Amino acid sequence: MRPSDNKTTQFEPKIVAFCCNWCSYPAADGAGVARLQYPTNIRIVRVMCGGRVTPAFVLKAFELGADGVLVATCHFEDCHYMFGARKAADVHKITEKLTEMLGIEKERLKLDWISSAEASKFARVAQEFTDTIRKLGPSQIRKKTLDNLKAEKTHD
Amino acid sequence: MISNISAAIKASRAYLCMECGKCTGSCPVSRFNHGYSPRVLVNKAIRSDDLDLLKDKNIWACLTCKLCDERCPAGIEYIDLTLATRLEAQKIGEEAMCSHGGAAQTLMRIMTSPDLEQKRMAWIDDELKTAESGDVLYFVGCLPYFDTLFSDIEVNTLKAAKASIKILNHLGITPVVLPQERCCGHDLLWGGDFENFKKLAEHNINEIKQSGVKKIIFSCPEGYRTFKVDYPKYFGFNIEVAHITEIISDAISNEQIRLKNFNKVVTFQDPCRLGRHLGIYDEPRNAIAAVPDIKFNEMTRNKNRAICCGVSAWMNCSTYSKSIQLARLKEAKETEADLFVLSCPKCEIHFNCAMKDERAGKESKIETVQLVTFIADLIEETDK
Repeated sequence: MRPSDNKTTQFEPKIVAFCCNWCSYPAADGAGVARLQYPTNIRIVRVMCGGRVTPAFVLKAFELGADGVLVATCHFEDCHYMFGARKAADVHKITEKLTEMLGIEKERLKLDWISSAEASKFARVAQEFTDTIRKLGPSQIRKKTLDNLKAEKTHD
Repeated sequence: MISNISAAIKASRAYLCMECGKCTGSCPVSRFNHGYSPRVLVNKAIRSDDLDLLKDKNIWACLTCKLCDERCPAGIEYIDLTLATRLEAQKIGEEAMCSHGGAAQTLMRIMTSPDLEQKRMAWIDDELKTAESGDVLYFVGCLPYFDTLFSDIEVNTLKAAKASIKILNHLGITPVVLPQERCCGHDLLWGGDFENFKKLAEHNINEIKQSGVKKIIFSCPEGYRTFKVDYPKYFGFNIEVAHITEIISDAISNEQIRLKNFNKVVTFQDPCRLGRHLGIYDEPRNAIAAVPDIKFNEMTRNKNRAICCGVSAWMNCSTYSKSIQLARLKEAKETEADLFVLSCPKCEIHFNCAMKDERAGKESKIETVQLVTFIADLIEETDK
């Protein structure tokens, strides 16, 4: 069932997942091939390496209305670029500090390590993360956008 | 012709351009980026089709440091024309190349959300006295964000904020610090995004009016300029503002501050916003001169001739910016100074970043310090 078909008032969050080309993206692919179910709230952006995900990426996602952001990379030992996953973890610390300072709940941002063989882990992480965000409700920033949209519509 | 551009041409007197090229000759960007010329842009604005001007990538390369305005024999206000051009260009979807993946701009745009509950006060420790209400407000600006975002170049711009509060405390003032203040919007304005600048400004003005303060003190020259010039211009803001160097200078002449001696050579960088934009040249020099035993050497290009730190509003940082910064650092080093005194957090970030560049040799490595931090560390505590 697509989220839009759900007539109940359940909140359907928008989640952006940055997945690295060598591990997490194939894991998501594998989950699809194996017909593992995971929520459709996750929108995947494929990046060549988790280390490429700078604070700017994550913040931009929040600015444009994401309720949660997941950064998924290789495990440290099997990073395709040797140092990329470690870099992702380092950069993630900075991003965490920035989002916390902005007042975005820290649960809305998650870093995880999913190898290309761990399709079931991808499905599990996606499910758990979506559940967490659903409990948290819409992000403050998204709320504003929605309110603005409503206000604009009534104004028309 | 777009009416805003023609109005800006009139207001900035760009039509008086006699094509002497002094602007391009003195522009710190043109010195290294030979494709950029203020003169060409002024001519484009006057003579050619608007789209030709608005789509020109060079309109974003200007540092708005005002050096050309200072030199222009016709008295053209080039940066005002640049601002008007950028505001129009943004409307047709043109934008600058934002440095750091646009992280700084994104932070500011996120801050336009009214519901945001920021947690930005963690840096205020027990030694600093702040109040929840009072007459004097200290406006921190984006410093907590900068320190985190640029933790890889190990800058500590918050030291200046701590020092400012320490000095104010020393003078018997317990400043108010607003937990929900937003970015002043300076960088969005100069990047042409008026809509979000307005949202930030309205939020700040509202917060300030609610707090009931009568005076606002800044340590960041950009925030100071925005509150002193732009907020009154666009939103009729009318609360008294002051820069911390002015407060220090006054306190020194009133003998409220006594300083310890400092036996080294220093030099000072005039930030463009504080210097050419607002004409504050003597106050920081008074503060430095008041330190016993100090030797102060001016750089060759100082006061209204000072060269900017190479990037403005987090746009178009490039090898040209690095060249400007390294040349300026070299100039500072040539004064034989041990310490390079700055008074803008962005100068601190940009110069420290340039020193980490692989092109930076020994001739352009010098220790930097913010003027407020420098003075706050030299205050004799026993004297009250």
